[in-house]
Amino acid sequence: MGQVVALDSLLHARQVWHGRATPAPDSSQPTGWPDLDAILPAGGWPEHALTEILLPADGVGELQLLLPTLARLTRAARSVVVIAPPYLPCVAGWEARGVAMAQVDIVQAGERDVLWAAEQCLRSGSCAAVLAWPVQADDRALRRLQVAADTGKALAFVFRDRRHAVQASPAALRLELESTPGWQVRVRKCRGGNPPVGAVPLASGWS
Amino acid sequence: MLWACVLLPQLALDGVLRRRPPSDEPLVLVSGPAQARVVHAANPPARAAGLYRGQRLAAAQALLSQFAMVEHDPDDEARWHRLLAAWAYRYSAEVGLFAHAVVLEVSRSLNLFGPWPRFESLLRDDLKELGFRHRVALAPTPHAAYVLAGVHDGMAVMSPDILRQALSPIAIAHARLPPEAAQALPSMGVRTLGQLMALPRASLQRRFGGELVAQLDRLSGDEPTPMESYRPPDTFEQRMEWTHEIEHVEALVFPLRRLTGDLAAYLAGRDGGVQRFELALEHRSGPPTVVTVGMLTAGRDATLLFDCARGRLERLALTQPVVAMQLLARELPPFVPAGRDLFDMRPTHAVPLEQLRERLRARLGEASIQHLRRTVDPRPERAQTCAPGVSSARTITLPRPTWLLDAPHPWRGPPPEILAGPERIETGWWDGGDLRRDYYVVRTAQGQCAWMYCAPGEQGAWMLHGWFA
Repeated sequence: MGQVVALDSLLHARQVWHGRATPAPDSSQPTGWPDLDAILPAGGWPEHALTEILLPADGVGELQLLLPTLARLTRAARSVVVIAPPYLPCVAGWEARGVAMAQVDIVQAGERDVLWAAEQCLRSGSCAAVLAWPVQADDRALRRLQVAADTGKALAFVFRDRRHAVQASPAALRLELESTPGWQVRVRKCRGGNPPVGAVPLASGWS
Repeated sequence: MLWACVLLPQLALDGVLRRRPPSDEPLVLVSGPAQARVVHAANPPARAAGLYRGQRLAAAQALLSQFAMVEHDPDDEARWHRLLAAWAYRYSAEVGLFAHAVVLEVSRSLNLFGPWPRFESLLRDDLKELGFRHRVALAPTPHAAYVLAGVHDGMAVMSPDILRQALSPIAIAHARLPPEAAQALPSMGVRTLGQLMALPRASLQRRFGGELVAQLDRLSGDEPTPMESYRPPDTFEQRMEWTHEIEHVEALVFPLRRLTGDLAAYLAGRDGGVQRFELALEHRSGPPTVVTVGMLTAGRDATLLFDCARGRLERLALTQPVVAMQLLARELPPFVPAGRDLFDMRPTHAVPLEQLRERLRARLGEASIQHLRRTVDPRPERAQTCAPGVSSARTITLPRPTWLLDAPHPWRGPPPEILAGPERIETGWWDGGDLRRDYYVVRTAQGQCAWMYCAPGEQGAWMLHGWFA
């Protein structure tokens, strides 16, 4: 009993550093993938922040990763904006995964206007989530999106090629998708904790 | 009955000033024949230099070497007058036009807009926003309000009993009486309205005719004021003209803000919205450049209208300088305000979604925003559309990808591994778009899940049509 008191006093005197004293509060934006939620420091998507998703190629499951979140938001009658997608969203496919397409605005923007449109949508505060596929985005442009997401209290998702992984990024969360050997996601950077070392395998699904 | 009078002492000048950005440059309106030009109105910097209404232009030029001169246009003044009547119509169903003034019946409006002090500040805020200097007074008769507004700005007489008391100290010269009476009475020793009203009616009638007595009766409310009630027109048309030529679109932004602001004020008065309006930019020669501004739904918010119009205008390359701009709105559909959730979780400063869409459309193009919906057609190319309509209720339980390619293209990689299928789609013989395909869910060597098809019965010559991304 005496030792416990001693430890308490040590902690009180700030002589012992208390790592991760309180677990981070549960995010109100779960990803819909329990395995991924478990390793993210916020327990879900970082709120009001930019998430960068790095892809080896188009069509490797980037939408599977987000569709549970989009389904949750659109069913709560919140608006989602998809800016300059590389292909046309397939309505039947999205609806089969629970997304209410009436809440989804698809914005066709030219190369130079993608970032502008994304910033406008994020800053407006009337969109719950904004998905953008910028062709070229530098550090400054991403920082602007991060600030806009914070102003408009929205989730921002930016999809970029994997070769940008070596560049520094102001995004609060960076995920890298891998399609071989299996479908898995690797956390490259996360705010509020060290990125976990291993990749998280996600249940592959085409249905 | 209670009547509010909004007196506009500088209507013509304000009409000219509001179309140019604020500045301290002296400016005068001139009128009269070419040989005898006189100053019609002068703005405060010009007045400070000693210029005044009625002064000979030559004298004014001797006093001040540099000032802007604008020809006074009575039609222009009448147009502003009508605009303000349209604005006042928002607050009352009974609006009348007096010279340089708008009167409105407010006894019933007070229930809606609050007690008079609050209502008065509403009126004043609006007028300030519109850019018109004004004097406001309230009285039980329109004529009394008109007279009081000229004498005491902000005076409010609520009951007929104290009206006589309020009117009696007013000098004959300010009482807006028929001119010959106004001239003769002071020389007869009658200097105030109180003295005049105390005189026997019969002798007044004999001496000055019926008009003066009728005027006095209208003042006190013993006789109703004959007045034509204002009715707003069914189209909105407003024009602005400059003495100089405008060569850059940026310089049109300020006048544009005024025009759209006027349109918004007019629409609020009419309780209508606008879905489509035209901006005509007039040039010295040749036909005007017409910019059509269309919106997804009828709106009437001044910021929204301005944002839309500005977006369209900014994409315009001016070939010729602009000398005048006209805003024309013909279709004025009813305005249905967008409902907002009481427990709305969005931040308070949020831009409404409609406004955001309009802003994006203005810069990215009319067709840049799409809403996809399902159709009844099973052919993948026609199974979805962005045309407005109702989504079909039929749901597909068969596997469908999340990305769809615009057009299928041949798969060049090694043969993929089949995960599911085939699903045969064979239809469309009736409209020429017939197809026979076997769709498979496949996995490529890179690990991507794809939706491919090939000819029925074959498993080769794969065509890629979608990704299970």
